[in-house]
Amino acid sequence: MALTREQIASIAALARLELSAAETPVYQESLSRIIDFVGALDACETADVVPMAHPLPGQSQRLRPDVVTESDHHADYQPNAPQVAAGLYLVPKVIE
Amino acid sequence: MDDFHNSTLRQLAAGLRARKFSSVELVGAFLERIERHQAALNAFISVTRSQALEAAREADRSLASGAGGALTGVPIAHKDLFCTKGVRTTCGSRMLENFISPYDATVVAKLRSAGAVMLGKTNMDEFAMGSSNETSYYGPVRNPWNPALVPGGSSGGSAAAVAARLVPVATATDTGGSIRQPAALCGITGLKPTYGRVSRYGMVAFASSLDQGGVLTTNAADAALLLREMAGFDANDSTSVDVAVPDYLAALGSPLKGLKIGLLREFFDQGLDAENERQVREALRVFESLGARLVEVSLPHLPLSVPVYYVVAPAECSSNLARFDGVRFGHRCENPRDLNDMYRRSRGEGFGAEVKRRIMTGTYVLSAGYYDAYYLKAQRVRSLINADFSRAFESVDVLLGPTTPTPAFAIGAKTADPITMYLNDIYTIGANLAGLPAISVPCGFVQDLPVGLQIVGPHFSEARVLNAAHAFQEATDWHTRAPAGYA
Repeated sequence: MALTREQIASIAALARLELSAAETPVYQESLSRIIDFVGALDACETADVVPMAHPLPGQSQRLRPDVVTESDHHADYQPNAPQVAAGLYLVPKVIE
Repeated sequence: MDDFHNSTLRQLAAGLRARKFSSVELVGAFLERIERHQAALNAFISVTRSQALEAAREADRSLASGAGGALTGVPIAHKDLFCTKGVRTTCGSRMLENFISPYDATVVAKLRSAGAVMLGKTNMDEFAMGSSNETSYYGPVRNPWNPALVPGGSSGGSAAAVAARLVPVATATDTGGSIRQPAALCGITGLKPTYGRVSRYGMVAFASSLDQGGVLTTNAADAALLLREMAGFDANDSTSVDVAVPDYLAALGSPLKGLKIGLLREFFDQGLDAENERQVREALRVFESLGARLVEVSLPHLPLSVPVYYVVAPAECSSNLARFDGVRFGHRCENPRDLNDMYRRSRGEGFGAEVKRRIMTGTYVLSAGYYDAYYLKAQRVRSLINADFSRAFESVDVLLGPTTPTPAFAIGAKTADPITMYLNDIYTIGANLAGLPAISVPCGFVQDLPVGLQIVGPHFSEARVLNAAHAFQEATDWHTRAPAGYA
């Protein structure tokens, strides 16, 4: 299946990825081929098969008591942020 | 003792405990090797010389006082996707070029508390997405057996470092073969444990239902020792499994007489290089001579494992990598116009081509109207593959086959076509989809390049898999061969 330029642009927008003009045809070609490649799954009969979401059969999501276990690491985390001021994370203005 | 680099991890740990040499001497000698060969191999992203020597001095004090754990004073390297407190953790990406982790991964913390001394962080495919270490923002790693060839990936730096004896052992991770495939291509031993055996806490996530931490070593006994120290339940990883960790090292040495080995018919297909196959079949004869019985088994859905993987892994990747938003950590573009512009350009600039390809593939297969056709379909076929493995293990103890279709290939040979690159993992992906432990061990050479043999076991059978690998290494010497110039 050949994906169109518009489809690539729409996928990139959903994924929040800026693509250059040169990148778009490259991904158009390779994503089309990947989608064709995984299309091999269509031939497999799976009507009664339960989808596998966890690699260990019988395992389920483990829960823990609803109590606070973390302490405040704000000061440790701030140095990795691209832009901070007064202990806050700065982003471009969202609300006019 | 000036032959540190040709010693096993166990010999080095024993030598330290017997005070035959100090950790400072040992660590200094390996740091010197790393620095001497870095330009040729590019196996490391960061070398932590001063922290390593400080940790070595502390190890020596601990050894002098008679304290110390199983690994006190021995050098180790970590794949650069394990978070290391106070040390840059890049995951091979521009996105995390300046990321200094505020905490340690559980694997890092456990190995440190066992006494291991970190020498540095190894190069890798960006976010562990690749099979050749060519997608790293920090440049490709070169194969110590031939610098024109790839070391495999994604744990290419860890594999090249161990193969070149720049470090006795290294940590690694395996999502679709990223421990076993580079182990095979570099002529070393690589173990991917059962999903949930080793904590994923502090491992930068790629595909959370497949990712598993493990080890790269020169031999199975060292892998047993290292796994013993890093495995175990961790409340910080919701998929960690609370199963007791056996003493894998003490469990080695059981005879293979009566072991039932299943030969995976689907692994000896037309894609397998004839010379590679010859080496693997020679190895099977060794197992027979040790008393194991070979039976052929078929896993009919296994040939679909690559297409399943290239739906499931990109889907999970697109979800996991959504956290890189240029706000709290990671790369941010210059002068964003607005919030959306900041997200799009920060991610467009911070991620490399293969990572973007996988994020977009994952976004597509999860998007409205395609979720059932691709993602749910792949999860159903994944169930069938898992059922094939379960059925096989009703009649055999372990499964054997090649690790890769061919030996190492040239840098640049497969970068133009992602599907060709993806097919390099055709024999390794099945164990990830089913969460099974699997090891690759060297089993011969084709045109002076190492070939890997893969042993896969049922869930939590690491002791059995390691024992089979160890028995093979007791009967052969392929694992003792080091590349010319690094012996």
